[in-house]
Amino acid sequence: MNDMRPVERSVDTKEIKFECSDVQVYYGATHAIKDVNVTLEDKTVTAFIGPSGCGKSTFLRCLNRMNDTIDICRVTGNLLLDGEDIYDKRVDPVQLRAKVGMVFQKPNPFPKSIYDNIAYGPRIHGLAKNKAELDEIVEKSLRRGAIWDEVKDRLDAPGTGLSGGQQQRLCIARAIATEPEVLLMDEPCSALDPIATAQVEELIDELRENYSVVIVTHSMQQAARVSQKTAFFHLGNLVEFGETGKIFTNPRDPRTESYITGRIG
Amino acid sequence: MTDATANAAPAPKQGKHAGSLFDADARTKKRNAAETRFRAYGLTAVGIGVAALIMLMTSILGQGLPAFNQTFITLDVYLDEAKLDKNGTRDIEAIKKVSTFGYAPLIKNAMAAKVDELGISFETFGVSGKDAEAMISKEAAAQLRRFVIAHPDRIGDTVEFEFLASGRIDGYYKGRVSMESAEKDSNVTPGQLQLADALKEGGALSTHFNWGFITMADASENRPEAAGIGVAMLGSLYMMIIVLCLALPIGVAASIYLEEFAPKNWITDLIEVNISNLAAVPSIVFGILGLAIFINYAGLPQSAPVVGGLVLTLMTLPTIIISTRASLKSVPPSIRDAALGVGASKMQSVFHHVLPLAAPGILTGTIIGLAQALGETAPLMLIGMVAFVREFPSAPPEGFFDPASALPVQVYNWTTRADPAFVERASGAIIVLLIFLLCMNFLAIVLRRRFERRW
Repeated sequence: MNDMRPVERSVDTKEIKFECSDVQVYYGATHAIKDVNVTLEDKTVTAFIGPSGCGKSTFLRCLNRMNDTIDICRVTGNLLLDGEDIYDKRVDPVQLRAKVGMVFQKPNPFPKSIYDNIAYGPRIHGLAKNKAELDEIVEKSLRRGAIWDEVKDRLDAPGTGLSGGQQQRLCIARAIATEPEVLLMDEPCSALDPIATAQVEELIDELRENYSVVIVTHSMQQAARVSQKTAFFHLGNLVEFGETGKIFTNPRDPRTESYITGRIG
Repeated sequence: MTDATANAAPAPKQGKHAGSLFDADARTKKRNAAETRFRAYGLTAVGIGVAALIMLMTSILGQGLPAFNQTFITLDVYLDEAKLDKNGTRDIEAIKKVSTFGYAPLIKNAMAAKVDELGISFETFGVSGKDAEAMISKEAAAQLRRFVIAHPDRIGDTVEFEFLASGRIDGYYKGRVSMESAEKDSNVTPGQLQLADALKEGGALSTHFNWGFITMADASENRPEAAGIGVAMLGSLYMMIIVLCLALPIGVAASIYLEEFAPKNWITDLIEVNISNLAAVPSIVFGILGLAIFINYAGLPQSAPVVGGLVLTLMTLPTIIISTRASLKSVPPSIRDAALGVGASKMQSVFHHVLPLAAPGILTGTIIGLAQALGETAPLMLIGMVAFVREFPSAPPEGFFDPASALPVQVYNWTTRADPAFVERASGAIIVLLIFLLCMNFLAIVLRRRFERRW
């Protein structure tokens, strides 16, 4: 197992969840991601930052093979989840996505009741044997999504009727309900107001206890607030990856410095 | 306005926007005029459309509504044993041997008896007994015969019957025939019309709603009063059942595959182009196709709803596929992402999330396709549904293979006949067809609203 290998950085004491090396992504003839090497740890929030179009979302979507749905997209390189190559022929992307959940930029609850939104994942994966167990999963997920108190009286109401921030927390709760090991978040706060953003950030911090969280964000303040590790992408390259504190206070690469001080991007 | 501008503070005299805001400049005036003109064009276009619709409806309703009313003559018929059952055995086979010609004298006698009862005589109006009998539809004898065969025990009794009046007498009460036109008409004499008036006064002749128009089969050239749209409606219904059962599943399955699963390459592009082309193929071409394949090659019977249904299915499929694909496309991709994101398979995401959201669009497209198929005439004529069909098709599924007519074909059929009474029937059938179309469109709207409210 790769996890057993002594890791290079001395500060790392946690298990490695994702190990990616030489990742290349092509959209048709466009080379969107070039030679990305990154390790994502368990029980850690890793932030991907970088200017628009730098490939951070593309890379995030490689981690649960959501890019498979795009016909012209081609991914090469090694992406190991717990030492297993997720692009191996034997891997069923559906099974992978149950293990690597995803929250999207725009809140996208199903046009169904709040209860059904959460229960959908457990139902299709057969996580609950009966109604009582399913109820329990729904309650637990909504509690972990920090939205239980707001919706417990109206679980039958449509999920689309909630406010933007509530919808996004509902989506996070929905992602948690399938009990993933890694949670990918693609700019989860970009459509939210500051109060909802603060709630979601607080939630991300709590989720760190159980999951490996990867968050793509445009807000450097957000990255600084919620993440322990930060990766800076620029024009498809992973420019710098390290401790969040170091990246923001003492970046090694001049491009990183330019970006976080607002000169490029 | 001029006062206002006079009182206003002096406007700046320089720059691109020199001049007061209270005065529209030349360019603004021009643009406003263009806008007003465009509105006028739009209103004119809508007005022309509405006027055309009103004219159409007035014409059809004016001509067709009388078809639902019919003139009837009530007679007491003595079911003469000597004529109907000479041996007196009440043997049903023997009774069946008496043709409708055998019943004609009974009606003639009944007519004479009625005239006597009312205290008038044929001579007053210059009509013979035969003329008087001609005032009653030729269908009457058949009606009488059906009754006797159904109730042989009533032979020897006097039974009250309501017979259809002949087309000309009926036309007299609908304004189609007048005393002047009767002078020149070899089918009716002014005397008959006067006698009809006398019968009406005596209560033996009345005009009221005619269920027969809706339930009866088509009738021959010389008895328009007995013609109905029963067979045509049944034929149309059978065809719609076939179209719905075939076109909906095939169309929806094809669209889902093409839209969600098929790889995007030149083959799917070719299929897409061909589906769009099929939607534009003239319907008569589908008729020829149906004739060649379903009748000549596959050996299915002519004039059968099954062949009509298959042809109309082919015709409706492109409509359903195009509208289904459009409504699948309109489902936001974020829903698909959400489903895939929680680990649903492609098929689960389509059937659990995309399809329910696309359902209102699919249903609307299907119903519009069905409505189009319901009004289609040309392909049905090629596969023999234009035939004169007196017999009702039996119940499905055997009935799908029996000869039948269809509503639009029946309309076409009647408009080609000489007797003006058939024009009225054709308009009446058009009204029924339009009512069906309106109902289907209304259903489409209701379903759409109902399903859309759920999300």
